[in-house]
Amino acid sequence: MKITTQEVGYVAHLARLDLSEDEKGTLTSQLNNILMYMDILNGVDTEGIQPMTHAISLGNVFRNDTEEKSIGVEMALANAPEGEMGFFGVPKIIE
Amino acid sequence: MELNRLTIHELQERLRDGTITSVEITESVYRRIASVEDRVHAYITLTQEAATEQARAADRRIQEGAGGALTGIPIALKDVLSTQGVRTTCGSRTLENFIPPYDATVVKKLKDAGAVFVGKTNMDEFAMGSSTETSRFGITKNPWDLERIPGGSSGGSAAAVAADECIASLGTDTGGSIRQPAALCGVVGLKPTYGRVSRFGLVAFASSLDQIGPITKDVEDCAIMMNAICGHDPQDSTSVPTEVPDYRTCLSRDIEGWTIGIPKEYFVEGVDPEIRASIDTAIKTLEGLGARCLDISLPHTEYCIATYYIIAPSEASSNLARYDGVRYGFRAPDGENLLDMYKKTRSSGFGAEVKRRIMIGTYSLSSGYYDAYYKKASQVRALIRDDFDRAFTKCDVILTPATPTPAFRIGEKMDDPLQMYLYDIFTLSANLAGVPGISVPCGYTKGGLPLGVQFMAGHFQEEKLLQIASAYEKNSDKEKRTPDL
Repeated sequence: MKITTQEVGYVAHLARLDLSEDEKGTLTSQLNNILMYMDILNGVDTEGIQPMTHAISLGNVFRNDTEEKSIGVEMALANAPEGEMGFFGVPKIIE
Repeated sequence: MELNRLTIHELQERLRDGTITSVEITESVYRRIASVEDRVHAYITLTQEAATEQARAADRRIQEGAGGALTGIPIALKDVLSTQGVRTTCGSRTLENFIPPYDATVVKKLKDAGAVFVGKTNMDEFAMGSSTETSRFGITKNPWDLERIPGGSSGGSAAAVAADECIASLGTDTGGSIRQPAALCGVVGLKPTYGRVSRFGLVAFASSLDQIGPITKDVEDCAIMMNAICGHDPQDSTSVPTEVPDYRTCLSRDIEGWTIGIPKEYFVEGVDPEIRASIDTAIKTLEGLGARCLDISLPHTEYCIATYYIIAPSEASSNLARYDGVRYGFRAPDGENLLDMYKKTRSSGFGAEVKRRIMIGTYSLSSGYYDAYYKKASQVRALIRDDFDRAFTKCDVILTPATPTPAFRIGEKMDDPLQMYLYDIFTLSANLAGVPGISVPCGYTKGGLPLGVQFMAGHFQEEKLLQIASAYEKNSDKEKRTPDL
């Protein structure tokens, strides 16, 4: 076993997902299968190999610190499920 | 001849000499959609009214002697590309009603070129899938056999081109999502070098792998589309300020004296015998044109799938963290507090495959597992890239099958995610290494399903891909068929 149902529950919490008991069961077996397959990588000697994070070599890109047009509050809020007075609305945070 | 069946360059010639109008082309495309779309289901959203307006504007532009190679041409966009004022769903409940406030750079470029936008095409949810079966909006069917999948994740874009429901389309490719459906639908699909095309406005799946590219009816159209979409964009800091050549100029050059690398790791058990036979024929055709084949090795090939399915989900789990029901997208109505709202929103907004990949990614990045999974995969990725670098010192291009089998049946792999992942075996490596790849039709099975051959080249060598693809297309004796719908 690579991952237990309990761990699946914990990872789901980290990913902000609520899983039903059924989903947890299915995912536990599927993730075990997939993670077991990933073991193939243990056969590769990667001693001293620099991890590759970009497909091509990239340098940092700077731009001038000048003001540019942005989409504005109204447009920014246009797709919000809830919002008023120029703010995004969320359920109460402070008890 | 119905106008919707023609290619960009054929239509452009007639638009120029005034024998047809863009309005007529656009009408013929929507007539086709009206007659076959209920069977194919390539689209999520159609934008006929705006398209008619765009076609009229294009006709005026052409009459004035202005416009370019794409003016007045009806094009379909994968529904992962932001379109200002037109909903962009990514095939997900999460973005079911999302209306982007701006255009993706590629959309803006096509708009400026005078293209007509037919609609937004169906796709696997957030581009996670190989069959277009994970879309919230139903399954796209392969126009060559309606009981089979069109491939994925750009299945809608490939099916729309194959079924003549548009003239050309844009797809996106994170692990084969342009090349694989193009192969299964019998059309041309190109994934450019990472950094060749701006990703601004492309809803992110795996940021170090995603690229936008064309799906077209022939290689010349592919070059025309590349001319329009490539180039540096200050809005995407990973887009590269390398000059963009005129990709059409390489189409007429021959490939005499070229060396074609044949990687032995791509010709293993599990490759369908009919695919193997059609690839052998393609190799003979290319040798007949003066190219020389060379056996090469990409020794880390067997690790590509494991590497990809750690890196892509890791990046996805981070990218998809933004869908929390606050700023845009779906929100579950019954959240008791903020955390509960997040969880309920994400759990009912995402489908099973997206959740599965978020779980794999979150696990791979989590404390205690990071070194064993994400870091290890990133190291192996470097070795995979080195394989390609070494190979391209010996050959001009690499030739492989595009897929291990022809299009499979709907539902066949849905219960076994690992089997679905294994299907991407020949296309993932190009994304990991960042190199460009093209899939070109190379015949049919006895049952009439299309097959594809893939060419890969070194970074920013798209010209080589188009050159060999064009030479092959002109000289292969395969008859040109169209799906019987």
